[in-house]
Amino acid sequence: MITRLFGRQPFGLAIAAPYIVFLAVVMAYPLAYAVWISFYDYVFAAPGVSLDHEFVGLANYRAALTDPRVQQSFVNIVVFLAINVPLTVSLSMVLASALNAITRWTAAFRVAFYVPYVTASVSLIGVWMLLFSEDGIVNSILGPLAPSPSWLVNDALAMPSIALFVTWKQLGFYILLYLAALQAVPRELYESASTDGAGALQRFWHITVPGVRSTTLIVLILSIIVGANLFTEPYLLTNGGGPDGASSSPVLLIYQKGIQQGNPDVASAIGVLLVIGVGLLSLISTRLTKES
Amino acid sequence: MTSLHAPPEAPPAGPTRRAVARGALAAAGLAAASLTSACSRPVVADQAAARQSRGPITVWTSNNEQELAWGKTVTDAWNVDHPDEKVTLQEVPAGASTEEAITAAIVAGTTPDLLFAVSPAATSDWVRQGGLVDLSSFDGGSEYIEDRVGEVARGYVHEDGRYYQMPWKSNPVMIMYNRKLFKAAGLDPDDPGMTSYETFLDGAQRIVDAGASRSAIWPAPTAEYFQSWFDYYPLLLAQTHGTRLIEDGSATFAGPEGMAVGEFWAQIYERGLAPQETSTDNAMAVGTTAMQIAGPWAIASYDGTIDYGIMPVPTQEGVPPEQITTFADAKNASIFTSSRNQRTAWDVLRFATDVDQDRTLLDLTGQLPMRTHLLEVHPQFFEENPVYRAFAEQSDRVADVPNISGAIEIWQRFRDAYVASVILGKRGVSEEFPSVARDIDTLLGARS
Repeated sequence: MITRLFGRQPFGLAIAAPYIVFLAVVMAYPLAYAVWISFYDYVFAAPGVSLDHEFVGLANYRAALTDPRVQQSFVNIVVFLAINVPLTVSLSMVLASALNAITRWTAAFRVAFYVPYVTASVSLIGVWMLLFSEDGIVNSILGPLAPSPSWLVNDALAMPSIALFVTWKQLGFYILLYLAALQAVPRELYESASTDGAGALQRFWHITVPGVRSTTLIVLILSIIVGANLFTEPYLLTNGGGPDGASSSPVLLIYQKGIQQGNPDVASAIGVLLVIGVGLLSLISTRLTKES
Repeated sequence: MTSLHAPPEAPPAGPTRRAVARGALAAAGLAAASLTSACSRPVVADQAAARQSRGPITVWTSNNEQELAWGKTVTDAWNVDHPDEKVTLQEVPAGASTEEAITAAIVAGTTPDLLFAVSPAATSDWVRQGGLVDLSSFDGGSEYIEDRVGEVARGYVHEDGRYYQMPWKSNPVMIMYNRKLFKAAGLDPDDPGMTSYETFLDGAQRIVDAGASRSAIWPAPTAEYFQSWFDYYPLLLAQTHGTRLIEDGSATFAGPEGMAVGEFWAQIYERGLAPQETSTDNAMAVGTTAMQIAGPWAIASYDGTIDYGIMPVPTQEGVPPEQITTFADAKNASIFTSSRNQRTAWDVLRFATDVDQDRTLLDLTGQLPMRTHLLEVHPQFFEENPVYRAFAEQSDRVADVPNISGAIEIWQRFRDAYVASVILGKRGVSEEFPSVARDIDTLLGARS
């Protein structure tokens, strides 16, 4: 009976069970519930209060897709990813290679890159606001070259500023992934290449890049997923996605519509669209990395 | 050819996909059920019985130091005489705003019995969610509220004609200014004369031109839905003698008066008299602006720091101060349907809003209890603290946000349009305001 229910290795299933429960409760159940909500006229109610939820078909999706703010937020996130993902992949790979090559002060350098990642976004954002505000340090240095309006209230610069902030903040984590991957690249390959007269750039391009390809795929997919979930930075750095929605993100709108404005149905529809978009991007990334 | 190795065994059969899926579903179901039952306190099924029930209750107040001190004083006083109906005081959980923290608490079933920090903008939605108790259902409930607050109480009636919030305190919004900076700009700090849009703009221009401060006035130029309550809305109420953003199911701000207010603020930004960027510190306290729109709560932060004056918000033609209506910025009190001892909650609500506790509120917080003829009820306080007198005089002429379902969504739509047209000047006020008013009317039509 036990074998029929749990297979021939019930112990393995028992070990995996906590994680399965975690995934089911924290990921699968809310996702399924969100999909259900997205097809109904839904508002949150106090426990024990019964409200009628009318089936509305695709109306919430129509509301989401025809809302200019939602459209703009998806465009914004594409801009964000176009800046953040290539920068993350290239910088973390190059910096990890450099950190792997140096022999002195290695711990100090690694900590220096990792500290922003483990520091709370809220405190770092405070520092960036001082740096990039109209009368901040950056504009003081730039003088007449400073943009007007300033970085965080400038339509064209708000989202790139956020993309740079996020890239800088998260770089330490991705550098660590690459550092781990570089340990697995045989040193003999570098020595042979050096003997054959290959320069540092050639060694990087022909040995390091292919040697860490699987990590590159992970970094690519992770940075897409993390980037698509952008919330804290536009919420705090540009005070709710300003100026005029130029830095709003789909997750910020999910929060505004679902939690602030009491429209969890439309918020769920935006969430489902975002999940589909991220899934497609991840699939494309996987295909591209494999082919390359 | 023979092999030195024995043929490999077939790999052991692992759990089938069906078994894993079955296990996962069962686990998810169990976990979800246990989570919802263990963490939440459902709405009391028999509300009529709860309405008569007495016993211990929990009260939440805002988490600022002054209001917590008031809450402690009031609950201590109550607990001395009511050992069987003990009140436990807690602060509202931290959150981006009190509205969000309460909305989350209603959905999670973790609301207190009684709350003294209710935002009028959110109450209609909380009623719709089944979270608030009808205060009119207590004996003499409506009468008590109307006796205390007078005509202003009508602004807090729910669309079904009943009270779900007790108007408790208000922070009438006025303009506070730095007298020293005004003097430096050649303005008379005792009588700046900035009552009309024209004189206000002239005065503001003189402040900036004279280099007295970096900006004349510095409202938060950000997109949060509530920011309009501290720049556009007080002037709309002043200009229209109290017409709220939505009246009789439609938007009012696209009329000539609402547009004039929008054009006035657009001028402020266009001339560089107010920054388009948020201040990283208290701009008035550090002298980077000469004026700020604020309620009496700001007195404590400027007392001893700067020499300040107080004036009403301007109107297009500059009407006398005694004709100005401004934004109330009220915070009210409500009882939640999760309360098992609603009778005690109601008694505590009345106790905490009596004349003595209102005086305690004035003494400890400097915020104004909402009651008619406040100056006459507490003459001694205003004699000892004359700086609060201007706000108290204004408190008889206030209006709040409209009591409508979906209010926050409507305010957000308005704020988005305001930021684009007024603050950033990307679109003209004359096009943007009517356009968003039509959107809001459609939204209101769909909800009704």
